[in-house]
Amino acid sequence: MSLLWLPFLPLAGALLVVMAGRLPNLREALSLLTAAVLAALTFSWYPVVTAGETPTVVLFDFLGSAQLAFSLEPLGLLFASVASGLWFVTTLYAAGYMRGNNEAHQTRFFTCFAIAICGAMGVALADNLLTLFLFYELLTLSTYPLVTHKGNAAARRGGRIYLGILLGTSIGLLLPAIVLTWVLTGTMRFEPGGILDGQVSQGMATLLYLMFAFGVGKAALMPFHKWLPAAMVAPTPVSALLHAVAVVKAGVFSILKITVYIFGLDFAAQGDITRPVMWVAAFTLIAASLIALTRDNLKERLAYSTVSQLAYITLGAALATSMSVMGGAMHILMHAFGKITLFFCAGAIYTAAHKTLVSELDGLGRAMPFTFGAFLIASLSIIGLPPLGGSWSKWYLMLGALDAEQAIMMAVFMISSLLNIAYLLPIPARAFLFKPPAGSPIGLREAPLASVVPLCLTATGCFCLFFLPGPLMALLSPWNDS
Amino acid sequence: MTAQLPALQILLPMLASALCVLLRSPAGAWLCFTLATWASFAVSVLLVLATRSGAILSYEMGGWEPPFGIELRIDALNAFVLLIVSGMAAVMAPFARSSVLAEIEQTRVYLFYALVLLCLTGLLGISITGDAFNLFVFLEISSLSSYAIIAMGPNRRALLAAFQYLIMGTVGGTFILIGIGLMYMLTGTLNMADLAERLPAMADSRTEKAALGFIVVGASIKLALFPLHAWLPNAYAYAPSLVSALLAATATKVAAYVLIRFIYTVFLPERAFDGLMLSELMMALAAIAMIAGSVVAIFQHNVKLLLAWSSIAQIGYIVLGAALVTTAGLAATTLHLLNHAVAKGCLFLALGVIVWKTGGARLSDLAGLGRTLPWVGAAFVIGALSLIGVPFTGGFITKWYLLVAVAEQELWLLAGAVVLSSLLSIIYMGRVIETLYFRAPSQGTTRSEPVPVLMLSSVWLLALLNVAIGSYSEPFAAIARTAAGQLLGGTP
Amino acid sequence: MQTFLGLYNFWVVIVLMMIGFYIVIAHDNLVKKIIGLNIFQTAVFILYISAGKIQGGTAPILGEPGAVYSHPLPHVLILTAIVVGVATTALGLALIVRIHEAYGSNEEDDLLVLDRREDSP
Repeated sequence: MSLLWLPFLPLAGALLVVMAGRLPNLREALSLLTAAVLAALTFSWYPVVTAGETPTVVLFDFLGSAQLAFSLEPLGLLFASVASGLWFVTTLYAAGYMRGNNEAHQTRFFTCFAIAICGAMGVALADNLLTLFLFYELLTLSTYPLVTHKGNAAARRGGRIYLGILLGTSIGLLLPAIVLTWVLTGTMRFEPGGILDGQVSQGMATLLYLMFAFGVGKAALMPFHKWLPAAMVAPTPVSALLHAVAVVKAGVFSILKITVYIFGLDFAAQGDITRPVMWVAAFTLIAASLIALTRDNLKERLAYSTVSQLAYITLGAALATSMSVMGGAMHILMHAFGKITLFFCAGAIYTAAHKTLVSELDGLGRAMPFTFGAFLIASLSIIGLPPLGGSWSKWYLMLGALDAEQAIMMAVFMISSLLNIAYLLPIPARAFLFKPPAGSPIGLREAPLASVVPLCLTATGCFCLFFLPGPLMALLSPWNDS
Repeated sequence: MTAQLPALQILLPMLASALCVLLRSPAGAWLCFTLATWASFAVSVLLVLATRSGAILSYEMGGWEPPFGIELRIDALNAFVLLIVSGMAAVMAPFARSSVLAEIEQTRVYLFYALVLLCLTGLLGISITGDAFNLFVFLEISSLSSYAIIAMGPNRRALLAAFQYLIMGTVGGTFILIGIGLMYMLTGTLNMADLAERLPAMADSRTEKAALGFIVVGASIKLALFPLHAWLPNAYAYAPSLVSALLAATATKVAAYVLIRFIYTVFLPERAFDGLMLSELMMALAAIAMIAGSVVAIFQHNVKLLLAWSSIAQIGYIVLGAALVTTAGLAATTLHLLNHAVAKGCLFLALGVIVWKTGGARLSDLAGLGRTLPWVGAAFVIGALSLIGVPFTGGFITKWYLLVAVAEQELWLLAGAVVLSSLLSIIYMGRVIETLYFRAPSQGTTRSEPVPVLMLSSVWLLALLNVAIGSYSEPFAAIARTAAGQLLGGTP
Repeated sequence: MQTFLGLYNFWVVIVLMMIGFYIVIAHDNLVKKIIGLNIFQTAVFILYISAGKIQGGTAPILGEPGAVYSHPLPHVLILTAIVVGVATTALGLALIVRIHEAYGSNEEDDLLVLDRREDSP
């Protein structure tokens, strides 16, 4: 079965959703069906890739000798699995959320969702920088209607920042970096060991790495991180999609892939090529966590938390050792599960209790035990405590920092964990342990089943990822030095 | 029959124009216009197919041998320009039916179509001829008819715009005439291929440099290259919708062709660029045009003016590629002739539908139309994305080739200018799209009839073509590369 | 001296061209602009024709055999150019008539003021 199913099945799904627009149940069923089939197809590639093969499909010459082509390798399969698997869960959640809150334009919503997943799969499977860029931009454009879904002035403003920063960085920095790579080396293909070694000077490579890192605006490196909190105007399923599944993961995945397959770990570790980006990532890590501490709006706090967590992965890439890359790749998976749970919880809290501020959540845990229980588990995963999945990625990232002789980065990781505790743990703690403030409505109950089931699923996932790391380790074995 | 194709390319619209004058009825005139443009398009397709491999077609008008007779000479570049011009006219013909009836008085519609066909004749003639003076004659034919059709716009400002265009355009045409005269005095011939052979013997003659200078300035006026662009914004803004769309898509492309043809084929690049520092000058002007055009576009309230200033910026891209004197640069320029024509044509046509529906083209008239006219809004978005250079649209293809061509020459400042211009276009296109989709519809007078299908079909044909080129551009890129190779190989 | 006097036709052309061009740029009255344009174009005609003159040559119309004729091609080219010039002048004057009907003035300054007043009510 051809690799081409993976990026193009979601497009077919989008078409089906558009056609079934008038029949909501059929439309949702088609979305779920497409998502389930996509996830199954993606997982079916595990044995092939784990065995070390790299299946490739070349479509056609797109620009002169630059081709549109797809190929599957471990990092790509990891991202594709995250995207397709969590698409299913998010669609389930979104169906409940959209109906529960009586949102308009639901067909447009699910169609754009599907096209966005097509973009994410295209990015995951890209064989060269050009294909990556094409689907990266598709992802930006298809998520714009999702971010501005509500159509009001706040949505317009948020959408403006979103599109402005993402298009600005991609056309202003990423495209020139790709053109430069093409002109300097004559190729854009992702190759093991990178394509730049011996073709470009150290100075040019440092500049290129900076252009790539900032050009991939979806990785939200400061100062191009503003779009993440601005995109909070979107409905919660969109935030879940953006912050766990498609958009941000596409960003950090691109950085990982470029580091490993364009620069090559050996070349990137030379000299100071990745040093500037390393420091920017470290700064973003800490600064975003500090800002998250000050934010009372729950979604905004989670947004800044995401900025910080993405910087983990970028830092892992910039440290340019096998261990750190492995840690970064694992973090794509772990953070996806953790963050999506947190956002599902935020949405469930809004649906059930209409609360958006952290300060309002005291004592809510008694009325919504599942929601806040899941919140607790996900928080612990993000903080990086065993027995939850996040501890694995933290562990490897720190090993990687040690390998790269950047002990200071280990300190950065540890400080960040402390900050994570500070801005995440109080929420479930106060929800369970404090009394509800006087004057709050009685009779608050748990959120509807369609919202609670997905978040319990993903919270359980956080757990399972700790105890069942086997397939993951097998997949990432090329980078496992331990 | 096929041997007479070059002559047919000019004769079909010319005779159709005369026929239009005889047919008094608006419907008859429109039918004549449509058939003539489609037939011309068919001819140009055949010509492209004949020359895409690098062959050069030569046709002697009246059987008189060149260099004494007038020769029609078609190579890959020519044929491509012919395809663009006739193709755009053919696509816009269905649109014209309702648009022209709404904007031009009934009693004058047949005259309007006759003039548009005459303009088309002129543009096609410029692109196909191999004789320098013949080029001037066709240039004046197309210019005079375009002054007239611009003046037929609904607003009284169209008259002043047409007059200013007339003054500047005539000066430009006269400069070209001076240049041709000087070349004739030097060599004794008017045939472009013959000139190319004889001019090198006159190397380093001041007359030759003067001739080149006059021709470059004259062509730049017609091309609206900064700083000779003053006529374009008003001319595009106040003309009837069909005219804005047609001229935006064709006239500047043909002027760019004239510039490239003279510099590369008649004067030969080494001589042209060494003597006058033409390359640096063109690059500088192109860069300024790209940025200045985009910046001014950001502040416009009239969307037609906004698109006109955007055109000035896009002309900068076209000239930049030509100024690089490399195959990659010329290929990028040639491709952009097509991509800009398709994108701007689509945008102006969509705007034309909006003008038909609401009567105005100010930003306030566009408010909320993305929801009431969803098809028009979507087409506008596609055109806008092409101008910005988003993948899967034609604009991205051009941007890529141009950036690669500039990067190969290590001209980082120019690459930065191209990128900056794209970023600026996000701003002004973003404004229009936000107005289309996020503002509440204004209370102005709108027609209640639904938009005619013919109008929408023209718009969507161009939008789909844009996406098609963005997805699979190889056929056109191959033609562009052949054309570039021929230009630099010095084949006259 | 020889160069200056011998090429007097080119000097005339340049002077006329500059006068015509100046009138186009400097004068506000639209009719005067057209006149300037005409002078400008006439200068170019003289450029061609004077360059085609052969010493001792007569008008290039076939007459007795063995006569010396001035070069006929520039004459032909300029006939075409004159036609173009006439058409341009006619079109320009027609536009001026319409502008006068629509605006009530022939001066560019007034027209711009009227337009600006319309823009910012």
